[in-house]
Amino acid sequence: MRARSVRSYEDVVIAVPVSVPYVRYSQESAHWWIAAALRGLVKGAGITPGDIDGFTVSSFSLAPDTAVGLTQHLGLCPRFLEHIPMGGASGVVAARRAARAVQAGDAEIVACVAGDTNHIDSFRSLLGSFSRFALEASYPYGAGGPNASFALLTDGYMRRYGATREDFGRICVAQRANALTYPQAIMKKPLSLEEYMSARPIADPVHLFDCVMPVAGAEAFLVMHEDTAKERGLPYARLAGAIERHNAFPEDPLQMRGGWELDVADLWSAAGCRPDAVDLVQTYDDYPVIVMMQIEDLGLCGKGEAAEFLRGHDLTNAGTLPHNTCGGQLSAGQAGAAGGFIGFVEALRQVTGQNLAAPVAGARRALVSGFGMVNYDRGVCTAAAVLEAA
Amino acid sequence: MTGVLGDLALALASGAVEVVDLTHALTPDFPVIVLPPEFGQCAPFRIEEVSRYDARGPAWYWNNISMSEHTGTHFDAPAHWVTGRNQPGGTVDAVAPDRLVAPVCVIDMSGPAAEDPDFIMTAAHVAAWEAEHGEIPAGAWVLMRTDWAKKAGTPAYVGLDATGAHSPGPDASAIEALLARDIIGFGTETVGTDAGQGAHLSPPYPAHSLLHGAGKLGLQCLAGLDRLPPVGAMLIAPPLKIAGGSGSPLRVLALIPGKTA
Amino acid sequence: MSEHTPLARPPRKDPTAVTPLAHRPPGSPSRAGLFFAAHAARGAFALQECGECGTRIWPPRDACPKCLSADIPFTPAPTGGEVIAETTIRVTHELFYRGRGPWRVGTVQLDCGPVVTANLHRDVTTGARVRMIARLDLAGTPLMMALPAKETPLMDEDPALRGLTAHPRHRRVLVTDGRSALGQETARALLKAGAAKVFLGVADAWKPFPGAERIAAEEGIEIVPLDLSDTRSVVDLAGAIGGKTDIIVNTADHVRPGGVMGQSVALARESFETNVFGLQRLAQVFAPGMLGRANDGVNNAVAILDVTPVAALSNWNVYGMHSASAAARLSVLQGLRAELRDGGIRVMSVFIGPVEDDWHQAVPPPKLAPKAVAAAVVKALAEGIEESFTGDVARDVFARWSADPKVLERELQR
Repeated sequence: MRARSVRSYEDVVIAVPVSVPYVRYSQESAHWWIAAALRGLVKGAGITPGDIDGFTVSSFSLAPDTAVGLTQHLGLCPRFLEHIPMGGASGVVAARRAARAVQAGDAEIVACVAGDTNHIDSFRSLLGSFSRFALEASYPYGAGGPNASFALLTDGYMRRYGATREDFGRICVAQRANALTYPQAIMKKPLSLEEYMSARPIADPVHLFDCVMPVAGAEAFLVMHEDTAKERGLPYARLAGAIERHNAFPEDPLQMRGGWELDVADLWSAAGCRPDAVDLVQTYDDYPVIVMMQIEDLGLCGKGEAAEFLRGHDLTNAGTLPHNTCGGQLSAGQAGAAGGFIGFVEALRQVTGQNLAAPVAGARRALVSGFGMVNYDRGVCTAAAVLEAA
Repeated sequence: MTGVLGDLALALASGAVEVVDLTHALTPDFPVIVLPPEFGQCAPFRIEEVSRYDARGPAWYWNNISMSEHTGTHFDAPAHWVTGRNQPGGTVDAVAPDRLVAPVCVIDMSGPAAEDPDFIMTAAHVAAWEAEHGEIPAGAWVLMRTDWAKKAGTPAYVGLDATGAHSPGPDASAIEALLARDIIGFGTETVGTDAGQGAHLSPPYPAHSLLHGAGKLGLQCLAGLDRLPPVGAMLIAPPLKIAGGSGSPLRVLALIPGKTA
Repeated sequence: MSEHTPLARPPRKDPTAVTPLAHRPPGSPSRAGLFFAAHAARGAFALQECGECGTRIWPPRDACPKCLSADIPFTPAPTGGEVIAETTIRVTHELFYRGRGPWRVGTVQLDCGPVVTANLHRDVTTGARVRMIARLDLAGTPLMMALPAKETPLMDEDPALRGLTAHPRHRRVLVTDGRSALGQETARALLKAGAAKVFLGVADAWKPFPGAERIAAEEGIEIVPLDLSDTRSVVDLAGAIGGKTDIIVNTADHVRPGGVMGQSVALARESFETNVFGLQRLAQVFAPGMLGRANDGVNNAVAILDVTPVAALSNWNVYGMHSASAAARLSVLQGLRAELRDGGIRVMSVFIGPVEDDWHQAVPPPKLAPKAVAAAVVKALAEGIEESFTGDVARDVFARWSADPKVLERELQR
């Protein structure tokens, strides 16, 4: 149906990974966290705020402000400005938007930032006003929030494909091991499969360690021309390919697949490699069932085979399939919309050798996936990218 | 103070004259006269708080009240009845004040009324009373004592059954005998000046019909008549001055000779 | 399906235990969602249906997701479906749901198309065929529940379903007018439906009334003095039973023939005193105590149900001033509903046409037997239906009112 082939992102690079250390609860505002991330970008790149002429923002807790209010609040004067409210898909989508702007000459240096604060009770407020469909068609049923929505998807997935809690548990346990090497992770204690299995139920079959911990934090990176990065001596990665899709497969009674499936061929064709050629994978991991869907839909294995596929792999940073190498949201914490950036920023660190967590040996190519916005009964936004060392 | 009122003041102060309250408290559940439902009904007493030292009025307590002119212990003016409609001064505001303070005779029918709730007082009872206590003087109130006030708060007060109310009252002969004495008015302890079954007498409702037709006044729902002597007391019964009103709730007082007299 | 033991009558209240509070749920529905709520309030399971392509739609939308048509009215929808996934929500941050869980929730594939999230009855599980209902929860939020396709033992005792209703079982009910056959039959029907006790209000106890001795002798019925036209009477009764009244059923209605010109203001005022201000008195005096017990376990305070003359919807000039009082009464109910919603007390109406009684002698049939109204009251409470229309006249008037109130106005004029 598509008439034209998609242009590559050649000459555009990603640089300066910034992760502002997370805290469980913050007295500060989203503005404060986003400012901290921007300051990290400016210092990391050795530039001034005036050099930033493109800006994308992702945040849930910025109200009543948007990206527009932030420009004045933070003294920016961009010629390219985007508000990207796509939750877990925000990181990849921000990179796509920024890359095209840089490529087209609409901006030289785009700061892509996601940040959220977390006050006592702010999570409840967010759930209670998340979307019109959620408010009317899922919240009144016990107000389980995403726990309940993903419990239903997990239940359906387990019934259909025979995945077990142990299969989900291995994902969580491996990520915890990775998180212990990442000084900024919120979770500091090891997690055993036994502990995972015996945790209290939250919304059956979802148990405590399937759930992320809401925290405050921010993540950011810069998008610029390769020349610019070279001139300033910044380590960078190429955007070898990137896809996004929204509200795919609305006829599926339960979400067993995401929009990746529609565009996965384009992703690997742009990246010029096969899925098994990546050195590490960063999935969106707000509930391990979604990890399995991404593994399948992005072509690492067939539909319904993720449990078995993952049983054959060691998912730690030293393993055969390093996955969510800083612990992901499950162990590092979910800082609102920054949860859509954490995998992207971590992948950037890994392929550019600027590690905070244990490095994946010889990491040159990373698959990063995003999944966002349970508007009602399923995640609506999906995105994925391949980052390649220069 | 000197003179006759000075004497009265001294008598009141010494207890030689006592003041007796002949009034029931106005309460929402006090019965009113019962008419067939298709007629307009006598409104019971109602009270709604306006404020009570609260946000609606921090330093004051007051109520709005509503009721019929014929609720509780009340006064009937001649205009209350069709027979009295052409009486001069027939409405409460027009009743001459000197008729509102007057001597009172009490005919004690509590004995036979205790025997029969439908007891009817006749001219013969009036004659018997006069034989004992002397002729009823002109310009006096006459009250029929039945001790019915003591039944207030019980179903027997109105005495409703499928045939209507059952309470004592006068017949036409008794009222005619009182009119012959040129009384000011006639009062009872029951919810009407007529008997509960007064509709079946001839004429129907003889007390209302004859008294008001003759320009006389009525009092009903009186209490405390057992404290009055047959003769020798003074009645004070001024109704509210309702312009064109047919009757009025009121506080009825009597002056009686005290124990020290 | 497991065996269930019958719901036990709760023990007497522990006076030292703090009563759980009712909490306000967040948010308010979209306008489209309000149509779903309106149907749910009347006990109807209605979903949007595209007028152009026929697609059934959920959640409520402002355009068809198939063809973008805006012609997507709510219409009664087939209620069949199958549960395809389920969960039990044990943790929630929302006070409104905490303490009343765990919540069994499922994904239901409706036969008519949409996939919905719904509360699950305890007797249904994944793979089960279900019958969907739409109801309001105790804060007025509309929601769906999947019931067993066929009746199961003790079906209405499912805790989640009971929470969507005001079932009289084990509850103590005040019926306001015991002088009427309507009030007496309602008291009997409530007892039969499992009410723990019925307080039956009687005004002017010194006036005899038909059936007085028989009703007073019935076990479970306690005659109490109550005159809705008298504030002190309502206050006195609340002083006696206000702390243990779980449901109020207002059967009182002062009806007299007569229109605006013909009826005296004195008489019309009597109608308003009972029908309008009486309801206000009940609400002002009883509702605060009920609000305090809106989350008080099995026999929490739950509803004020009014038996509302359908003339509230449009004036029937033969009973013109009574109709006016009915309209005011309906308005009071609407205002009260808004005031009590956040506190978890339902305000319900069973709309009725003329009843077979002394004050409707001149009205030709069909007229409602008091027993029929009593049955409708129990049904409304047991099924949690906020507004129901009982009998041919009430249903007919409602249908005509729904079509065009102005046409109904002319149709009712004699």
